[in-house]
Amino acid sequence: MSTAVQCKGVWKTFGSGATAVTALQDIDLAVEDGEFVTLVGASGCGKSTLLRTIAGIETHNAGEITVGGIPINGPGVERAMVFQNYSLYPWLTVVQNIKFTRQLAAHTRDRTSSDVEVAAGRADALLSVMGLTAVAQAYPNQLSGGMQQRVAIARALMSRPRILLMDEPFGALDAQTREVMHDLILHVSQLELCTVIFVTHDVEEAIYLGQRVVLMAPRPGRVDTVYPVPLTQERSQSMKHHKEFLELKTAILERIRSTSGMKTDLELLQRLSRKTARV
Amino acid sequence: MGFWVIRGSIAQRRYWMLAAVGLVLPLIGWSLLSATGIVNPVFLPGPLSVLGRVGTWYTNDDLLGDIGISTMRVVSGWALSALIALPLGLFIGTYRSVQALLEPLTDFIRYMPAVAFIPLVMLWIGIDEGAKIGIIFIGTFFQMVLMVAEDVRRVPMAQIEAAQTMGATRVEIIERVIIPSAKPALVDTLRITMGWAWTYLVVAELVAANSGLGYAIIKAQRFLQTDKIFCGIILIGLIGLAMDQGFRLMHRKAFPWLYARS
Repeated sequence: MSTAVQCKGVWKTFGSGATAVTALQDIDLAVEDGEFVTLVGASGCGKSTLLRTIAGIETHNAGEITVGGIPINGPGVERAMVFQNYSLYPWLTVVQNIKFTRQLAAHTRDRTSSDVEVAAGRADALLSVMGLTAVAQAYPNQLSGGMQQRVAIARALMSRPRILLMDEPFGALDAQTREVMHDLILHVSQLELCTVIFVTHDVEEAIYLGQRVVLMAPRPGRVDTVYPVPLTQERSQSMKHHKEFLELKTAILERIRSTSGMKTDLELLQRLSRKTARV
Repeated sequence: MGFWVIRGSIAQRRYWMLAAVGLVLPLIGWSLLSATGIVNPVFLPGPLSVLGRVGTWYTNDDLLGDIGISTMRVVSGWALSALIALPLGLFIGTYRSVQALLEPLTDFIRYMPAVAFIPLVMLWIGIDEGAKIGIIFIGTFFQMVLMVAEDVRRVPMAQIEAAQTMGATRVEIIERVIIPSAKPALVDTLRITMGWAWTYLVVAELVAANSGLGYAIIKAQRFLQTDKIFCGIILIGLIGLAMDQGFRLMHRKAFPWLYARS
């Protein structure tokens, strides 16, 4: 197995001078080819920033990020990203959204007519894998949130990226839709043989999807602990009740709580409730 | 029932009924006021005499010519504004550096009264058609630039970033994401500024005009022809309304995805 993405001593600061905030502090992380890695952590831990930096839409101040051994310099077609929402193009139909990359110069250099046919087949295949065939001609605002995220994933996969970056893609969906999407994304990532880096604030989601869970800590944003997930690669919903799953979930939640710097102040709560009682 | 539900929906039929009542009631009130003779017809002519005035304007004076020349002035001034404001606003809304360079200046000029530019415009452009179009241009352009820039800034960042991660170039992002995404808002901006262009018409036709609806209104004032003033104002209102509806229809036809519902 070779390394798909490697971060070596990556630093990122927002702002400058006295108001500068260190978003990423000396991040070292290696993601193997075909691996599914999830990033979790308290808010402000820099998990989204790290993902966006790997995508190339944020720049880092120091260190190096290599993809397939080559240092990145901005976005690249071998890395695709799925956002939480509002990233689809509402003026295009579902199938036009999925084929959007085909109009871009980055994807059409050295294109032959057979490639065009292959692309058409590719779009059809993605529509059927993602269960979108029936709504191919619909506009995104006619679809539910779950269906819209299926389109976003299909669009990201269109150009056969080696790496799929997902920034809380199911964060706005209801619990039932989320479970369906979990099994779908596991299935698709194995089918497409792509490496996935997945950011979430939901620990259960992180464990269910990830082969490794990377826990980040805030202020400054850093990698705290990396947890290997002790489950087979084939996941099923029933695993969520396994002892190993629950133990890992408890351990991660505890660690997030202790790194977040936000503890429930029991004494304060008691004082407040006494005050209200007096009133 | 359901009359006072906050943001409640109402039946199509009730909507049109209420709209008709809203339009007809003032008309009835106006007729009654003038029919009873409480108000001197010099100050408030009746609806019938205003209607009659449309006829004499058409037969004795050049009504269609006045409408034509006024519409031409408004549309020219507005189109000239749009021609410059659309690309400029696109740049201001897309690049922070262009915004810093031009937006404060535009904001400043925007607050200057367009009417006060009339002497300057006469001095610089003269008193022919160019001057009238120039006034309408000054009245609409600076507002339009800022509105276009705002429309462009409202394009969701996620749409732009998605294109970036797909490897789109800067030009591709502008052509294939920012412009199509902002288009419906831009058409609305053009519709609204068209209305403002009409409000500057009378001002523009103060400038040594000898034709047009605004000029007719000003001339009617001199001869105390209140019915003709009413006539001119209502005509301008109707033409504006027709153009507004035209824009709305175009909006529906051009952006089916906005109106598509599952």
